[in-house]
Order: sequence, then structure tokens, then C-alpha cells
Amino acid sequence: MRMVIVAGTPGSGKTAVLVHALRSLNERGLKSAVVKIDCLYTDDDSKFAKIGVPTKVGLSMDMCPDHYAIYNLEEMVDWADENQAELLVVETAGLCHRCAPFTVNSLGVCVIDATSGPNTPLKVGPFLSTADIAVITKGDMISQAEREIFRERILEVNPNCKIIEANGLSGQGCAELADEIMKSQEVTLEGETLRHSAPLAVCTLCVGETKVNKKYHRGILRRIDGFQSYEGE
Amino acid sequence: MIEEITILGGFDKQENAEPVKKVVIKRGEIFGVVGPTGSGKSSLIGDIEQLSQEDTFSRRKILVNGEEPSYEDRTNPRKKMVAQLSQNMNFLADMTVGDFLSLHAKCRGASSKCVNAVIDLANTLTGEPIKKDHDLTILSGGQSRALMVADVAIISNSPIVLIDEIENAGIRKHDALEALAGHGKIVMVVTHDPVLALMTDKRIVMKNGGMQTVVATSEDEKAISQKLNKIDELMLSLRDKVRNGEIIRDIEMEYLEF
Repeated sequence: MRMVIVAGTPGSGKTAVLVHALRSLNERGLKSAVVKIDCLYTDDDSKFAKIGVPTKVGLSMDMCPDHYAIYNLEEMVDWADENQAELLVVETAGLCHRCAPFTVNSLGVCVIDATSGPNTPLKVGPFLSTADIAVITKGDMISQAEREIFRERILEVNPNCKIIEANGLSGQGCAELADEIMKSQEVTLEGETLRHSAPLAVCTLCVGETKVNKKYHRGILRRIDGFQSYEGE
Repeated sequence: MIEEITILGGFDKQENAEPVKKVVIKRGEIFGVVGPTGSGKSSLIGDIEQLSQEDTFSRRKILVNGEEPSYEDRTNPRKKMVAQLSQNMNFLADMTVGDFLSLHAKCRGASSKCVNAVIDLANTLTGEPIKKDHDLTILSGGQSRALMVADVAIISNSPIVLIDEIENAGIRKHDALEALAGHGKIVMVVTHDPVLALMTDKRIVMKNGGMQTVVATSEDEKAISQKLNKIDELMLSLRDKVRNGEIIRDIEMEYLEF
């Protein structure tokens, strides 16, 4: 099974870009299946269904959607197999960006919105810095100068990625993404690892504590001045 | 160095071969693209932006200096040959004009000395002066457009500039196009505005998604373009007067020789 993992900020155009790219893959005879991960709600599955691509939705509810996606990859691959797909596309919820859900041998695609400001590429972390392809959307809404700065900033963070400027509305640039997906390789999950570790998350908030003051919390606590301590047994 | 680009015709929306088979545009030339809404102007611009190789809906092919551009030239973001300018574009960066231009110059490997040159050029295109310490996001539509034009002319070293409808910009359109062409750019402008359309060297007429014909601007049209430019100047000066709270008592029309 070939595997493409697509991450990106909410509203950046992940689904719109993918719909165009998958339509183009369909025409080239590559059969794909999509799993859309979200937290509470999504209607993106209907958009994929419209172009005839089998779609499954996974809602993580109160779990971290990226963690949820990572340990459910096996079920997703099995499901894609049952649907005779040669390519599994996993579209993440795109919420916190501290996780990079890309695995070593999958094709990692980061969709990033050019209107989010020239410093965004420096802020977002491993989901951009470990991606194979950075798809820039909404570039038609900002000045040429900002587009050029945005591109340069992405290359600062991830010098080896391929940049594709795409328009989710017109589909411009999406055929180029399809070209890159055609080049992706087969992945077996046995022994497959993440490109970047998921972040440290071992405090009482993770298990449901809702009080805000530090004295109510146990685990690894980092103070705003950078010092961290372990509270508890 | 890009001396010329060639557009080889593909197919229109009804899958008929385009009547225009080949268009060559040389450095320093200004080309117009005209046609009703939905006639395919933006997709023509899109084809040039991507340097398409019979791989888009229209199956047009774009040559650079008479040759197919390499895959690297088409896709390497640092080698982008095309800069774009449109009515829909905004400055969103939360910075001063000076800081922003320095950052852009740094990204393009240009000297920070060109920052002043950009601001000076922009100020020749708009009535309201732009200063280095102005915040980018509070600039008016006219100031923004003027700054974008000057920035593309001086800092972006992309040899091809595609302009999509800047008619309501509140800038000296005539001077803006001349500034771009004067910097040795290939300029293509999509427009319905006669001020712009008649100052181009030639214009491609679009219909049904296809290039219908190429019209060279006649001597008469060029003379008309001069007159339209004067009207444009008059409108801009009135605009400034209204903006500054002045009372308009009369306008001078004689020199337009109607």
C-alpha cells in the first residue's frame, strides 16, 4: 500500500487540494481511498464521495487527533485494502502542529495557508520541517513580495522539501501534487516509525484535570521561565 | 536572461483548436489580454504562470527563448520566472514598509539599498506619499498597489509580470506599466480598461476559452491612449482634492481637445 499523510492548519485547504489531486490520480488509473481524521465533526467525507473515492471518517473526540491517527494506521491500511485501493490518503485534523504524523516511508504533505502571515513557517514546527512536500495555498490573495518571503521562510525551515503553490478553488498546482504522489513508494507498517516524536504530554491535564493552578497538577511541569520539574510520586 | 516567451495554441472549451497558433512576446513588450467574463483570460495567465507543457485543460505549451523550460526551471520555487499582481492581493504582514521591503530584498538576495528606490518609485505612482515607517497593513488601496508595482519592478527579479485587473487601483496605471516594462520585464495585463488596453503593444482577444486573434495597437489607438491617460490623471488629481477636503469648482477639459 502506498501511503500519503496530509497535515495542515484548519481551513488551509487540505481537502480542496486533495479533491483535485485525487481526481487527477483517478484519471491516471491509481485507485485511492481517504481516511479523514477530525475531532468532533467533519463533512469532508461527502466531498471525497462526490468524486467517487471511498472515504472513512475517524473522530477522535477528546483524544489528540494526531495520536489517534498514528496508532490507528493499521486499521486504515486494512480498510483501504478491502476497498481495493493502491493508495491510502490520511488527512489529519490539523490542530496543534506539535506532532508530525508523517511516518518515515510515507509521503508527508504539509498544506499551509499563505495568508497566515510570513512568520507562520517559523512557528509551526515538525509538521512542516519534516514534510516531503509543502503545498502553499491562497497565494493569490497576498502580494508577490509576501509570496516570495513565505517561500523563502519555508525553505529556511525545511531546505529539502518540494514547494507546490496550489489553488484549492481552481485546482491550479494540484496536478503537480498528483505527479509527486505517483512517485510515492509502497509502505509496510511492520517496523515503520514516526519521523519526529510526538510531544511530551504527561501531566494531569492529559487525564482530565480541569483546575488551572499549578498546585493541582502532577507530572512534568514546565514553568514559563523554562525551568521544569517533576511533581508527584 | 529571458528574451522572449512563446505561447503555442491548444484547444478552447469546445475542444476546437485555438485560432491563434502561436504568440511570441519579447522583453520590454506589453501585451494585453481582453475578452468577456468566462472567456478564458485567467486560465491563459495561469498557463503562463505554470509554464504549462500541454498538461493543463487548454493543452497550451509555453516556450522560453524558443525552448521547453526544464522541469527544474518550472518547479524550483527560487527560479520562478513569473511575478503576479492583481486586484485581489493584499499586504497582510504586520510590519512597517521599510522592514518589509528589507526582508523581501534579503529573501531575493538584493541589496537593502533598493528599499528607498522602491518607495521613491511607488511615490511617483500614487498621490498619497508612502513613508518608510508606515505600517504595511494601513496603506490605502492605491498606496498598496503602487508599492506592489514598484516592488515587483525593483526587488522581484522575475522576468515575466502578469497583471490581473488593476483598473480601480487609484494609481497612475500608465506610469505603472511603463515602470515595469522599463525594467526589462515581459508584461501581460488582463484588463477591460481602455486606458490600459490601448497602451499595450498588442492584445490577445479571448473567446470561449481560446485565443481568437491578436490585435496590434494602431497609431490612432496610441493617440487615444494618450488622451485617456490625461483623463486618468485628471481623475486622480480630483480624487486627491476630494480626499484632502478641497472644494472642486471647475475642471480643465480643453487640453483634452475633444
